[in-house]
Amino acid sequence: MKHLLRIRIFLKPYFWQILATLFILLILTGLSLIVPRIIRSVIDDGLVRGQRFYLIRSAFLLLGLGLGSAILNLGNRYWSEWIAASVGYDLRNRMYDHIQYLPFTYHDHAQSGQLISRCIEDVRSIERFAGGAVTDLIRFILLTIGILYIMLTDNTKLAIIALLPMIPLVLMTSSFGTKIGKLFFAVDNAVGDVSNRLQENVVGVQVVRAFAREDYEIERFDNANKQVFQTWVYVIDEWSKIMPTTNWLTTISIILILWFGGQMVMDGTLTIGAIVAFNAYILMLAEPAQQLTGLVNAGGEAAAGAQRVFEVLDTQPVIQSPQNAVKLEPLRGEVEFYNVGLKYQDERTASLSGINLRVEPNRIVALIGPTGSGKTSLVNLIPRFYDVTEGRVWLDGVDVREMDLASLRKQIGIVLQTSLLFSDSIKANIAYGRPDATMDEIIVAAKAAQAHEFIEGFTNGYDTIVGERGVTLSGGQRQRVAIARALLMNPRILILDDSTSSVDTQTEKLIQAALDTLMEGRTTFVIAHRLSTVRRADMILVMDKGRIVESATHNELLARGGLYKEIHDLQLIDHAKFPEEIEGLQEENIIQVKEHDEM
Amino acid sequence: MTTKIIPPTFITQSEEQLDKGYDPKVARGLLQFLKPYYGQMLISLVFMIIVTAASVLGPYFVKLAIDEGVSKNNLVALRNIVLVYAIVSVVQLITNILRVRMMSRVGQHVLYDVRTAMFDHLQKLSLSFYNRYSVGRVITRVVNDVGTLREFVTWAVLAIVRNSLAIIGTLIAMLSLNLRLSLLTFTVLPLMVLATILFRQAARRNYRKVRAAVSWTNSVLAENVNGVRVVQAFSRQSYNYANFKDFVNRYFLERSLDAAKIASLFTPIVDVLGAIATALIVYIGGTAVLGESITAGVLIAFVLYIDRLFDPIRDLSRRFDTLQSTMAGGERILELLNTPVEVQDAKDAHEMGAIRGEVRFENVSFHYSDDPALVLNGIDLDIYAGETVALVGETGAGKTTIVKLLTRFHDPISGCICVDGVDLRTVTQGSLRKQMGMVLQDPFLFNGSVKENILFGRLDASDEDVIAAAKAVGAHDFIIRLKNGYDTSVEEGGATLSVGQRQLISFARALLADPRILILDEATSSVDTQTEQIIQRALATLLKGRTSFVIAHRLSTITSADKIVVIHDGKIVEQGTHTELLANQGMYYELYKTGFQE
Repeated sequence: MKHLLRIRIFLKPYFWQILATLFILLILTGLSLIVPRIIRSVIDDGLVRGQRFYLIRSAFLLLGLGLGSAILNLGNRYWSEWIAASVGYDLRNRMYDHIQYLPFTYHDHAQSGQLISRCIEDVRSIERFAGGAVTDLIRFILLTIGILYIMLTDNTKLAIIALLPMIPLVLMTSSFGTKIGKLFFAVDNAVGDVSNRLQENVVGVQVVRAFAREDYEIERFDNANKQVFQTWVYVIDEWSKIMPTTNWLTTISIILILWFGGQMVMDGTLTIGAIVAFNAYILMLAEPAQQLTGLVNAGGEAAAGAQRVFEVLDTQPVIQSPQNAVKLEPLRGEVEFYNVGLKYQDERTASLSGINLRVEPNRIVALIGPTGSGKTSLVNLIPRFYDVTEGRVWLDGVDVREMDLASLRKQIGIVLQTSLLFSDSIKANIAYGRPDATMDEIIVAAKAAQAHEFIEGFTNGYDTIVGERGVTLSGGQRQRVAIARALLMNPRILILDDSTSSVDTQTEKLIQAALDTLMEGRTTFVIAHRLSTVRRADMILVMDKGRIVESATHNELLARGGLYKEIHDLQLIDHAKFPEEIEGLQEENIIQVKEHDEM
Repeated sequence: MTTKIIPPTFITQSEEQLDKGYDPKVARGLLQFLKPYYGQMLISLVFMIIVTAASVLGPYFVKLAIDEGVSKNNLVALRNIVLVYAIVSVVQLITNILRVRMMSRVGQHVLYDVRTAMFDHLQKLSLSFYNRYSVGRVITRVVNDVGTLREFVTWAVLAIVRNSLAIIGTLIAMLSLNLRLSLLTFTVLPLMVLATILFRQAARRNYRKVRAAVSWTNSVLAENVNGVRVVQAFSRQSYNYANFKDFVNRYFLERSLDAAKIASLFTPIVDVLGAIATALIVYIGGTAVLGESITAGVLIAFVLYIDRLFDPIRDLSRRFDTLQSTMAGGERILELLNTPVEVQDAKDAHEMGAIRGEVRFENVSFHYSDDPALVLNGIDLDIYAGETVALVGETGAGKTTIVKLLTRFHDPISGCICVDGVDLRTVTQGSLRKQMGMVLQDPFLFNGSVKENILFGRLDASDEDVIAAAKAVGAHDFIIRLKNGYDTSVEEGGATLSVGQRQLISFARALLADPRILILDEATSSVDTQTEQIIQRALATLLKGRTSFVIAHRLSTITSADKIVVIHDGKIVEQGTHTELLANQGMYYELYKTGFQE
């Protein structure tokens, strides 16, 4: 409820429109209450007393009322839909923009699918509630007050009798609302289980087949499937009780009016027209009372939706430009870490601790170390994707936290291991960081990234759409487009993840050449997977458990022994051997049969 | 802002496809699933007729009570009528409860059956199906499309029957009460039907656009959320926001308002028609009452019947709409169920006996069913039991396809593959695969504990077996250091375990299965150097005494293989040992050299 009330912030801009809609609603309700009175006059004045005038008058009144309320109804409906759609538009904009600024720490834990459904589904349920449901609720309240007033002042005794069955009806529908909510929650869970089972089965299809586990999987799926069936049956059973019962209670009300009202007519204390009018009022009341369930549901959904929406909107983008930050001049590219520590939320151990590092402009720094040793965490601090929890990161002697965020990031180029491209043209993807780049600039960047050739190979060249809706690029091609994208930014500082494990040797060479161009004349941090990259570096950082355990040049590190030498030797066992093997073969030109090293 | 916003064509196209219209072929296909429940459906149809009759009788009882009881001052008659009305209403209540229960259960049963049929079929479909269908699409079929089928079964079909019954019942009741008044009321009916049809058509056009707007918004959002790191790295926020606000979201708003315009027009029109009908009845009917040709009760009953006639017509048109939108979903479900199973056990397939491990490819060629380009072309291979074979070549050369044929994920289009001299197509897939093990590049673990994941290799293995397998591949040490040891759950997305650790678990799984033929497809390329070292040690254990196929990019890992097979463009270009191939100075030599060049 608390969350539902917060929606009013979004309704505020439409205050006058809402007021107008409510006013129309009030008139509409009043008009609809008149109709049974007219029917009553038809019977009592027209038929029973035999005056034709009343018949004509009533017919015209009915027509007039019908037309009048139709016009009002039209306005009311359109305006409330308009308000709802506008609120939804505003909310989606807010969500979209907010999500863009939420820090990496948030996105690390958020599931993208959930975020999207918050922007679409949850906003829709708020919209629906703000538009239809609230109007219905207000109409129901106004109608109830009006009908109760008319019935009770008309004939208190008959009114009380007729309204008796309405009490359990209202009670039942409102308790049904809460109960059915829980049952539907169980259904949703069960359906979620079915999706999960299915997803696992499809993603792991090769494993399932390889181990011939189809029967086992079918059994597991069947359990989830049965659960869906069972939870639905619970819903149905509730449904089958409530729906016919509320109908029946309305009928009972009518029967009571006939029996007691009929006797009153015989006594002369009531007219036939009044019976008919009462009948009509009860029907008028019963219909929205039955819709109460839907209202309770819509309210519950909107409240849950509002909660989830506000959860996102209430998350502060902790990483923001400081106030009065000035736009950065081009950086020289000097990077300094001073006693830097980083501990992610919800994690017990620090991901980085005691990092001290000074890099002169235009140097190449290679980071190596096992998975999870902190290489990525370290480089992520430079563009301020995360903020340090200890120490400082300086660029050209200024703390990154004092810099204007956009102008900082515009000077840093990043090529990640999985090169994410957007389903847009290749041209737009390369120009992603600089939408105003000219075609010539784009081509120059693509050429330098060794991408021009394969792009030209497509029928639509640079206008080729990539991604799900267009051409599927290979891993190596994607990476080269990503390199071109970074190149076009002409960054002063470059962050690279040179993993090319999933491409073949030829492509690897192309990428390597592209990277070489990219690194020229910039301060470069490269998370290295291959020794060829490492050797080129001016400085090598060996990381382990969030610390820099060794830092020096290639030859220095080799001379020292330690973790670096260990890794080096592992990768180089055959490398070192290779020239000998080849030379040996060439010199002697005979097949050299020798014992293989153990794998 | 005056320029018209047009969403990309792929969005509008897919929405047009959704709007199929009624298709008898699809309807027949879906009705197949209802067949087992025809009996129950018949019973609930009878119930439905009873319910409708009782409900149509309502206004008639009111008429009787007024004409026979109240007007004639006959208390006994009034009592009797009211009593009968009460009894009828109780009958209606009970049959209604029974009907809803029975029919909805049938509906749920059908859905259960459809989901089961789909899942079973999915277990049989070949891997090329999964190359075409993304995970998301499969889930959409089984969850969402079956969901729309629920609308088809429980709402559309039933409601159409119910509403038709209600309309017929009401018409009969009106006609039998008074012919003239009935005809009078019916004059507005054509207008009502016309208005409904026009409205539905406009509404459908509008909702199609709204749906397109939703999916456009969805895809733009999804991309921005998934790519949020790139968005921030390139400081694209304000540019993207402007695009969203002024195009995508604005389109959403405008289409919603279009739909609102039409939707808010309909109810008032129906109300006006209702008012016209009532006014006619009041004036003409009232005059007739005064002329004593009908009673006041009849007039009252007619006023009540008008509502009962309009409601089902409105409802019916809505249901027809639902019916049409379920058609697209139904068609997609049937399409999946009718996808032919490419690799099937032969009718007379026998169980594969214990495999020794001799493998033979004889002139094997293969292409995928949707692409006539040969992926493998005349492959001949002879592998002795217990040998380690390395498959080498560039991406797309056909290495993985060879092992996929060996595990019979696909059948060759010509030539044959024999294990121990037995053609794979003559044995059951289950008995074959139970003796084969596979470790893939991306280790896939199921939700569940570490133990359950290792057990997946052999469900009846004991705890000791599991631990022994883990120890043998060097996974035991890190597993016991996990929070709950072997009972630690493997979270989806791999939040808790590193890629290397997951790979070690999948090695343990393969070892526990104790396969006679082992396949390692890039099993070490996504792990770091230290884990690779552990895995290389484990490999010695794993490979011992089995025929093994190893695919690796890093050639340094396969130099000791008994046989290295170099594949290029779907053909074997060289085979031999490491030293032999180096001496050849052929393709292997080149690959090996470029791999190590500085």
